[in-house]
Amino acid sequence: MSRDRGSRLLGEGIIKGLAETARNFFGSYVSKQRLTTVQYPEERIPQDESFRNFPFLVYDGSDPEAGLRCVSCQICEKECPPKCIFIEKSKDKKPDAVGKPQFYPTVFDIDVSVCMSCQICVEVCPFEAIKMDVKYDYPTESRFAALLFDKHQLTKSNDYYHQIHPTEASAVDAALAAEREAAATKAAAAAAKAAAAKPAATAGAPGTATASAATSTVTPPSDTTAGEPR
Amino acid sequence: MTTAWAPITEPNATETPSLGQPAPRPAVPVTSDSALAEQYLEISMGPQHPSTHGVFRMNVVLDGERVIQLKPVFGYLHRNHEKIAETESYLGNMPYTDRLDYICSITNNWAYALAVEKLGGIEVPERAEYIRVITGELTRLQNHACLLGFLLQDMGASGTPLMYAFREREKVLDLFESLTGARMMCNYLRFGGCRVDLPAGWLDRAKAFLAEFPRFLDEFERLLVDNEILMERTQNVGVLSRELAVSSAISGPMARASGLNYDIRKADTYSIYSRFSFRVPLGHHGDVYDRYMIRFLEMHESVKILEQAMRDIPAGPIQNPAVKARLFRPKPGEAYGRIESPKGELGFYLISDGSGIPYRYRVRPPSLINLTVLEDLCLGRNVADVIAILGSVDIVMGEVDR
Amino acid sequence: MTQTPDQVFVILKHWLLGYVPTSVHAIASAVLSILPLMVVFPLLFAITTLLERKGLGRIQNRLGPNRTGPMGLWQPLADGIKSLTKEDIVPFTADHIVHFLAPVLLVVAAFLAYAVLPVGRNMVLVNLNAGVLFFFAVGSVVELAVFMAGWSSRSKYSMLGAMRAIAQMISYEVPLVLASVVVIMQAGSLSTVDIVERQATYTGIFPHWYVFTPWGFLGFILFMIAATAESNRSPFDLPEGESEIIAGYYIEYSGFKFALFFLGEYLGMFATSGIAITLFLGGWSAPLSVLTFIPSWAWFFLKLLTLICMFIWVRGTLPRLRMDQLMNFAWEFILPMALFNMVIAGLWRFMNPGAVRWFVCAFLILVPMFVLSALLKRKKKLQLRTYSFAE
Repeated sequence: MSRDRGSRLLGEGIIKGLAETARNFFGSYVSKQRLTTVQYPEERIPQDESFRNFPFLVYDGSDPEAGLRCVSCQICEKECPPKCIFIEKSKDKKPDAVGKPQFYPTVFDIDVSVCMSCQICVEVCPFEAIKMDVKYDYPTESRFAALLFDKHQLTKSNDYYHQIHPTEASAVDAALAAEREAAATKAAAAAAKAAAAKPAATAGAPGTATASAATSTVTPPSDTTAGEPR
Repeated sequence: MTTAWAPITEPNATETPSLGQPAPRPAVPVTSDSALAEQYLEISMGPQHPSTHGVFRMNVVLDGERVIQLKPVFGYLHRNHEKIAETESYLGNMPYTDRLDYICSITNNWAYALAVEKLGGIEVPERAEYIRVITGELTRLQNHACLLGFLLQDMGASGTPLMYAFREREKVLDLFESLTGARMMCNYLRFGGCRVDLPAGWLDRAKAFLAEFPRFLDEFERLLVDNEILMERTQNVGVLSRELAVSSAISGPMARASGLNYDIRKADTYSIYSRFSFRVPLGHHGDVYDRYMIRFLEMHESVKILEQAMRDIPAGPIQNPAVKARLFRPKPGEAYGRIESPKGELGFYLISDGSGIPYRYRVRPPSLINLTVLEDLCLGRNVADVIAILGSVDIVMGEVDR
Repeated sequence: MTQTPDQVFVILKHWLLGYVPTSVHAIASAVLSILPLMVVFPLLFAITTLLERKGLGRIQNRLGPNRTGPMGLWQPLADGIKSLTKEDIVPFTADHIVHFLAPVLLVVAAFLAYAVLPVGRNMVLVNLNAGVLFFFAVGSVVELAVFMAGWSSRSKYSMLGAMRAIAQMISYEVPLVLASVVVIMQAGSLSTVDIVERQATYTGIFPHWYVFTPWGFLGFILFMIAATAESNRSPFDLPEGESEIIAGYYIEYSGFKFALFFLGEYLGMFATSGIAITLFLGGWSAPLSVLTFIPSWAWFFLKLLTLICMFIWVRGTLPRLRMDQLMNFAWEFILPMALFNMVIAGLWRFMNPGAVRWFVCAFLILVPMFVLSALLKRKKKLQLRTYSFAE
């Protein structure tokens, strides 16, 4: 850019500009790069996989109630910057997809007119229960009431999650499976350790016959619970 | 309102003031009995205006077509950003920083992350630094393209350069979307690294984009750099002298166009900028044309940095494992983190009191600081020049008003 | 020679006149000549709005309107319906009568200018002896209408726009007329019909259009620049500077009056293009003698469309000139070049035909052009700059 030409003809730069515009005009008939219009809604730009819009809750299996991953820990509610998540924890527990009793949310509302799609809720959720959806057109007839999504509207299956974010969903499934495996081996190791401790305890105290008989009568239930696969 | 205005000496509109003296200030209006027979025209280039880059208002007093006083009025987009930040956790503030200078979200994130990392003494792994540099320079590219398009649109080139610039910007935004999930409000950087790693094929796409980008720059150059009309409209218009730039804390391309060699990437190196070889273009006249050309040349330099970074990026972790994003509690103290954002020096000043919520959070907005000299630049110029000068200051109201 | 397609409208008019009683022949003849003009040129206006939007769109890498009708063909109709059904808001403090009259005057003046344009062979509304003079006289009324619009709105922005518009239009009126004087000198007549007929002859297959002479070419360029300024088109559209003073002198107009302003502006553009075609581009004559089978009126409109496309092309490319730069350009470049052009045209006329006068005249044009460009650039201190780089 170090030219410092003296007097040239007035208008030369303008002619160059006109040539550039003409090239774009004729180029728009031949090259796609020079005609970037996408005729929405008939044509759509293919959406990238990592696009995020509003959150949704994931459930495993086929029952949205039973398979819901959310355990109502309310971490997302606390971390949400514009505070658009409203959760009410249940009083009782119900078994989750693997049978462990967990709390569940009786109310889980997200006000999408406030949500800013920052996906911090997804980041902080320890249970991979809330993920980002990709749907962006939510025309509604009421301004605020219809944009308060309740638990029913927010709950979508893991298969849907695989559809919209395949790589992410596979990674999450693998992580969850690994977690369960680790928990299972840990439980098995703990049970084996408890079973090894039990005979040592009974062998170490032979005098108290009635006590040992009492203990021997109560050992079977712990055995069966330890042996149950997790 | 009929206040008589005391006679003022405005600079001769056709003369270029030497770079040594700042423009003289107008005298305060004086109410006197002998009101002047002629009246000055006061117009409000109001908040609704196609060319004021957002909701920004200027009360301009005109003598015919010449500006004799200009008072900017802003605050229409004030959103209590700093106060909100004092009630949110450190992590929760990150998405709000996206929305400051809403065109350049990643550099905003970067400045905030830098401040928090200084506060907490956090190290960032190498791959994350490279990714930060790549995304930061891409942000600079699309911001400058956007600005050049808008500057020419304001000067009446009915949208053509704007469309070309936005065509390129779209490609950068597509890259951001596949990396971070959102085109503009990226919320990508975290304390101690980045949120997610580059997806498969992203780097190749970025390299392909970079290979094509110089062609767009050449096209733009052919379309407009030699254009006599553009040169007439922008040369010797809105001259900012070097002394005034220094005393008004102007930073960024606006200062460099006035000859001030101050680029924070070189002067107060942050991240890994010391590894890249790039030059800092400097202007000598400080007028609108220089600011426009400096940004154009900076785009060339950014392309160089990007090529080097994309070539040298190592494998590795992208997040410091010692840092937990949630429940982040830095020790009590204060830190000021600043970067060279596309608009100037963007700084975040944080005071921590040991809890998970900042005690004080202050943003140094480059757009606002650069805007303070608007009156000095516009005195004695025409109304049409005011628009060109405002465009060259490159403001984004999200940053000015926060 | 295929006369009938060429004269089809003239024949049609005479046939229709046959059905009219002789006592009202004169009036009927006038009406029958005026009606096609009043239909064709607004139709051309509608087509031009669509052409402009689609042309600008393609230049900007996008499609223009394409939803209203196939390829957006009903868009002008939609725009017309929209402007007719919009509420007509007049500011309370505006001068109502003048506010109403301004767009009307604009359109009337623009239509009057078509009276002397020869649209085809034997197809001119009135063959005035001083046709060109009449044209420029009527064109000046447009400036009055613009000022009326800006002043009567009683708003600061509109007044700024009106002041700018008047200054611009007056200062470009002089080069416009001077650029046409060379043609009058050469043709020896002010009548538009004579001027066209003098250009409608051929040597071999090449025509005698004035644009193919050095002074004619320069005159054409100067005339087109001045015409762009007269119709407030980019790059001279500061009076309606969309991004600065929003809409300038018609900022307070809405609805149909706004549409009338657009109509008047475009009609003015067509009129000045038409007179440029008449003066420089040989009016209705074909560019090559082998192409005379295409009717004369088709050639006229083809040339008109070409000039319109040039206008649109320039609009899509160039930024706006500022007010004082605009005036400087008019008084310091265009006007001296127009005066030089007159001298050169005189030299041409009195030199013997041949290669010598071509070289002499071309040389005498290029020298002042370079000298003036250099002087202007030096005065404005415009340069391509060098930038230093810090490491």
